[in-house]
Amino acid sequence: MIQFKINGRDVSLDADPQTPLLWAIRDEIGLTGTKFGCGIGMCGACTVHVGGRATRSCITPISDVAGTEITTIEGLDTDSNHPVQEAWRNLRVPQCGYCQSGQIMQAVALLQDIPNPSDQDIDAVMTGNLCRCMTYPRIRQAVRDAATAMNGAQDNG
Amino acid sequence: MTLQNRRQFLATGAGLVIGFALPMKGRAQSGAAAVMTKDGVGAATFAPNAFVRIAPDNTVTVMIKHIEFGQGPFTGLATLVAEELDASWDQMRAESAPANDDLYKNLFFGLQGTGGSTAMANSYTQMRQAGAAARAMLVAAAAETWGVPAAEITVADGVILHGDSGQSASFGEMAEAAAQQQVPVEPALKNPSEFKLIGTDRPKLDTAAKSNGTAIFTMDVYRDGMQTVVVKHPDVIGATVISFDDTEALKVKGVEAVRQIPQGIAVYATSTGAALKGRSLLTVEWDMSKAETRSSDQIYAEFSKAATRDGGIVVEETGDSGTAIKGAETLHEAEFHFPYLAHAPMEPLDAVLELKDGKVEMWMGAQFPGIDRGAVAKTLDVSGEDVTLNVMLAGGSFGRRAQTIPQIGLEIAAIAKAAGGDGAWKLVWTREDDLTGGFYRPLTVHKLRAGLDGDGNIVGWENTVANQSIMLDTFMDQGNSGGKDPTSYEGSTNMPYDLPAKRVNWVRMQNPMSVLWWRSVGHTHTAYATEVFLDELLEKARKDPVQGRLDLLSSEAGRHRAVLERVAEMAGWDGEKVKGDRAYGVAVVESFNTYVAQIAEVSNVDGLPRVHKVWVAVDCGVAVNPNVIRAQVEGAIGYGLGTALFNELTLLDGGEVAQKNFDTYRMLRIHEMPEVEVAILKSLADPTGIGEPGTPPIAPAVANAWRALTGQAVRRLPFTAAGA
Repeated sequence: MIQFKINGRDVSLDADPQTPLLWAIRDEIGLTGTKFGCGIGMCGACTVHVGGRATRSCITPISDVAGTEITTIEGLDTDSNHPVQEAWRNLRVPQCGYCQSGQIMQAVALLQDIPNPSDQDIDAVMTGNLCRCMTYPRIRQAVRDAATAMNGAQDNG
Repeated sequence: MTLQNRRQFLATGAGLVIGFALPMKGRAQSGAAAVMTKDGVGAATFAPNAFVRIAPDNTVTVMIKHIEFGQGPFTGLATLVAEELDASWDQMRAESAPANDDLYKNLFFGLQGTGGSTAMANSYTQMRQAGAAARAMLVAAAAETWGVPAAEITVADGVILHGDSGQSASFGEMAEAAAQQQVPVEPALKNPSEFKLIGTDRPKLDTAAKSNGTAIFTMDVYRDGMQTVVVKHPDVIGATVISFDDTEALKVKGVEAVRQIPQGIAVYATSTGAALKGRSLLTVEWDMSKAETRSSDQIYAEFSKAATRDGGIVVEETGDSGTAIKGAETLHEAEFHFPYLAHAPMEPLDAVLELKDGKVEMWMGAQFPGIDRGAVAKTLDVSGEDVTLNVMLAGGSFGRRAQTIPQIGLEIAAIAKAAGGDGAWKLVWTREDDLTGGFYRPLTVHKLRAGLDGDGNIVGWENTVANQSIMLDTFMDQGNSGGKDPTSYEGSTNMPYDLPAKRVNWVRMQNPMSVLWWRSVGHTHTAYATEVFLDELLEKARKDPVQGRLDLLSSEAGRHRAVLERVAEMAGWDGEKVKGDRAYGVAVVESFNTYVAQIAEVSNVDGLPRVHKVWVAVDCGVAVNPNVIRAQVEGAIGYGLGTALFNELTLLDGGEVAQKNFDTYRMLRIHEMPEVEVAILKSLADPTGIGEPGTPPIAPAVANAWRALTGQAVRRLPFTAAGA
């Protein structure tokens, strides 16, 4: 039995410890916002936060996350109004949308680590997340806009 | 392919569907007539036709007959309805229409289908008529309810108003009464000068759900008792199963069955993880007798040998190009090689099927849903009416889900059939299945030759194209094609330039490899071959690439001219192809009746082009949603650029595909994406496509800049394979 917390909820799974976290999240826990794209950690569609760190769930066995706290796109903000999500909506970033949960989770982690990222910082971190629709120009701008919004909120706070 | 080509192709066949042969007005009427039927929804909801539903809660839902995979039909078609309905954008919603070839046909194809960048073009009048019809019924209902003349009622921003009496109502309040009104046969449409929503930027209807994980794709559908199924497909396309050993697979916890189906060996499990683990433990012996076992190098050699000047059939001829070239001052020749390519949409192919008491319900991102529905009905021996196919949001397609042979419908049906009873199954393809599963952009060879006179004028032009056909011998081929498949060579024909003598030959190659359209279809290779070869000729003639093209454009090519002049102005084109470490290349291409010119700014980073900026001018008629158009052009450029730089599917000796995942089939990443500046030309012409036309010009524009910078003519794609 492997236990961890996901979006604030305790779960315990009776599954093969080598099961990729991605399939546990989708098939067992029933959260489908986290996507399958490649299965080898090369596209980032499956990105979730484990202990606050952006993690490729498709290559992470559930045995590795026992006792941790996991956040998926569904747990990012109860009203879907995280500043990164607002920036995504304002710029109408998604096209097909399939990779965007992973993009958003990666962008949130980026802004936690680097609150004022340069374009080079954005490219260096976001380069692990593929978008086949090539929404990259808008992703770059949305990360900049979210940084501005989050820093403004801190300054005012 | 060009719209005209695909339409002609289908329209010349037997059993044709009303719609194509009619003039524009007639076509629109026939479309409207076909949809003006009530669709059985509850009386509380006003559903004036199959496309528009107005609910008491004041929401207006448009049933979108085209699949949404990012190219924007949810927002685009809803805009057309909202415009004529005079709705408020806030009340608009979009939903995928289910598979129904009668109600939801593409008016250019005669069956339900998305492709050829036709969604907006074929819906423009039809969806506006649907909105106008609903508006007229709301007005009639208000007139009756209030006892006032309909002519005195106005509608604006979602409010029905009788100014003199001060009475007003929302659409929702009038929905029930409107449902009792006559459906107008030919409702009046606005003059484009009256448009309020069309041409403006508004929030897209699918953005919110795609930013919080609630958008449901096929992969996200779960049914009670559903088994997840993965299939062990052959490593070599066309191979079939001789025998298999499932002993180890069946020991995996969660694996419930292993069955042979025509497509391979299917592993049925309670979870995806178990299914994948089970599949990895199968051993299979394959029969290779019908497989494509040759390598890419061998196929290139065969195609190149066949692509002679007189090979195949002549598909376009003007003047006597042979004599013209023979008498020319300068002869120029080039051979171009284009590899097999996968579409690689982010969501791998998938489908869900539930079979219960002889009724089938399916969930699938199908581009020709009626074709998949028919294939499933036939395989499971039920009637078409017993199959409900829910068209799902799809995580990209780029042509892959527009299946000329219903590959996924057949596979999920085979899975259900092999199970031998009621149940629910989800077919999941992995990335490896996707990249090695065939239906590629056809491998293509172009051989071009041209002659210049002493003044550098082109006196003759010849192009022989050798590749496989996409449409012949599929359901698209209705027996009247004359053996020609325009999607194989479109763009090498109908060039916009005045060339005194020209000939284009097409050599149809027949291989076991399955091929398919890939974002912009024939233009993926013809635009490169023609715009690069032309650029080389202009260079030999010491002519400017922009002015040289403008001088060659025919008198009918006014829209080409306009986008080319505009993009030159945007980029500040001054005839200097190289400035410091940057070079500039240009291309102009019409595809799907949309005109696109691009100028790329390129430098040399570690021996490969790094594209810094792309200027784009586009004319796609009325710009219904300018923001969607800009997004599609940005995306199409990244898609075409990454492919030109990095992508080929290589068949190794024995036929195995070398690239199996994103580690070796390398996508363009964010740090490689150029800045893109888009200008949309103002136009009152009916809207044309935008999903594909941004793709063709980027590769030749980059190649032309690269040649100016380095002197290297890249004749084989991708750039990495050309040794660039």
